[in-house]
Amino acid sequence: MSQIPQELKYTKSHEWARMNDDGSITVGITDHAQDLMGDMVYLELPEVGSTLEAGKDCAVVESVKAASDVYAPLSGEVLEVNAGITDSPETVNKDPYGEGWMLRLQPADKSQWEALMDASAYQALIAEES
Amino acid sequence: MGNRTPLYDSHVAMGAKIVDFGGWDMPLHYGSQLAEHHQVREDVGMFDVSHMTVTDVKGARTRELLRLLLANNVDKLKTPGKALYSCMLNAKGGVMDDLIVYFMDEEWFRVVSNAATREKDLAWISSAARELGGITVNEREDLAMIAVQGPNAREKVIEVLGENLRETAGPLKPFQAIHIGELFIATTGYTGEDGYEIIMPGQAAPFAWQRLAEAGVAPIGLGARDTLRLEAGMCLYGSDMDETTSPLESGLAWTVALEPAERKFIGREALETLKAGGVKRKLVGLVLEDKGVLRGGQKLVCEAAGAGTITSGSVAPTLNKSIALARVPAQVELGGRCQVEIRGRPTAARVVKFPFVRHGKSCFD
Repeated sequence: MSQIPQELKYTKSHEWARMNDDGSITVGITDHAQDLMGDMVYLELPEVGSTLEAGKDCAVVESVKAASDVYAPLSGEVLEVNAGITDSPETVNKDPYGEGWMLRLQPADKSQWEALMDASAYQALIAEES
Repeated sequence: MGNRTPLYDSHVAMGAKIVDFGGWDMPLHYGSQLAEHHQVREDVGMFDVSHMTVTDVKGARTRELLRLLLANNVDKLKTPGKALYSCMLNAKGGVMDDLIVYFMDEEWFRVVSNAATREKDLAWISSAARELGGITVNEREDLAMIAVQGPNAREKVIEVLGENLRETAGPLKPFQAIHIGELFIATTGYTGEDGYEIIMPGQAAPFAWQRLAEAGVAPIGLGARDTLRLEAGMCLYGSDMDETTSPLESGLAWTVALEPAERKFIGREALETLKAGGVKRKLVGLVLEDKGVLRGGQKLVCEAAGAGTITSGSVAPTLNKSIALARVPAQVELGGRCQVEIRGRPTAARVVKFPFVRHGKSCFD
């Protein structure tokens, strides 16, 4: 059974988003997504300072099996990326909501946060997909 | 629901992630594909390969039939138990399938071919057999097959299946088989490691699987099977070759026996024509020098020699690099550089000879 932390928001494309105290948003892929993909072997993260558009691809994750795009849950500017995980992509498998985070962004439009799925909606989505 | 092998319930009980593979519900991995890959290279693992097609061809004219059907020469098989790898070609020289044929006795050869090509192969072999007459073609759906592979494979199999095998299966050289009671034990495999492929009655397979597991032989899914065979430079039917490519363009010229010239086999004329005109394409190995992962279908350009396509690509866990097999123009030179287009970006790779890995060791620097 996949973990779906209550305090996070989710997208249909299996990213999670966390609202930090300073209003920035941390983004990663869900436990369900890493489980579907299997062992991660390669990651590509955006550059710090680049501008993301909600729903557009912003990173790439590759498992032994396949490559997959990661889509930005919200529009905004990239404040920080978790560069360390490009040397240890398996971190995304081991701790997708913690050490396996991918990027932190400054949201351009806070209303996009409200539009994301909550944990129960995401739970329903993956139940429907499986 | 797809076809299921006698070991399906064992896979589920061991936590396998099940995927569809050519119409079969098969284990992709049991937790980590990478860990399973290393397990086979460093110790021992077992694969359920019961989805593959085991066909017993029997009758006085069997050797004659196989002389006609196979691009390799079945007359190389002189001692009972010896095995031969071959392609089976269509009249255009395209690969219908690749297979291993085991010589049991003069009136019995056993053919092990791919799962996804089952109906096509059986129809093809049966039709040729009918023309010759006096041959039976019997697909052994009652049998299961477990491949035990890795440096410690022989020791574990003997420990589990019986000390009496030490004298018989223990010393077998590569590409040989013995038949002991209901067990058929062959020193063949698809990993580049030592080991056995064991064919047994389907109802005996879950017990054998369980005993092997208890002895420390880890179950390995099809995911690791693919990275292991890719490192070992072994072609995958349907990816690296198919009915539109000849063995001469697939790194398999060594399996085509054009001598003796008087042996007629299906596809021979087409191969001779191709050879006379100069084979235009070949299969080479690629090692990615930049970051990323090579994948089947990616396009590449080699300096001056032209364009090609990756037929299989992945990560090579043993090498910690990404590797691939690619079909390229014949003039591409080993050691040269090429640019692979990965998500629209040219990425540098080196052209190398395969295999990439044999018996746990890198084959290049």
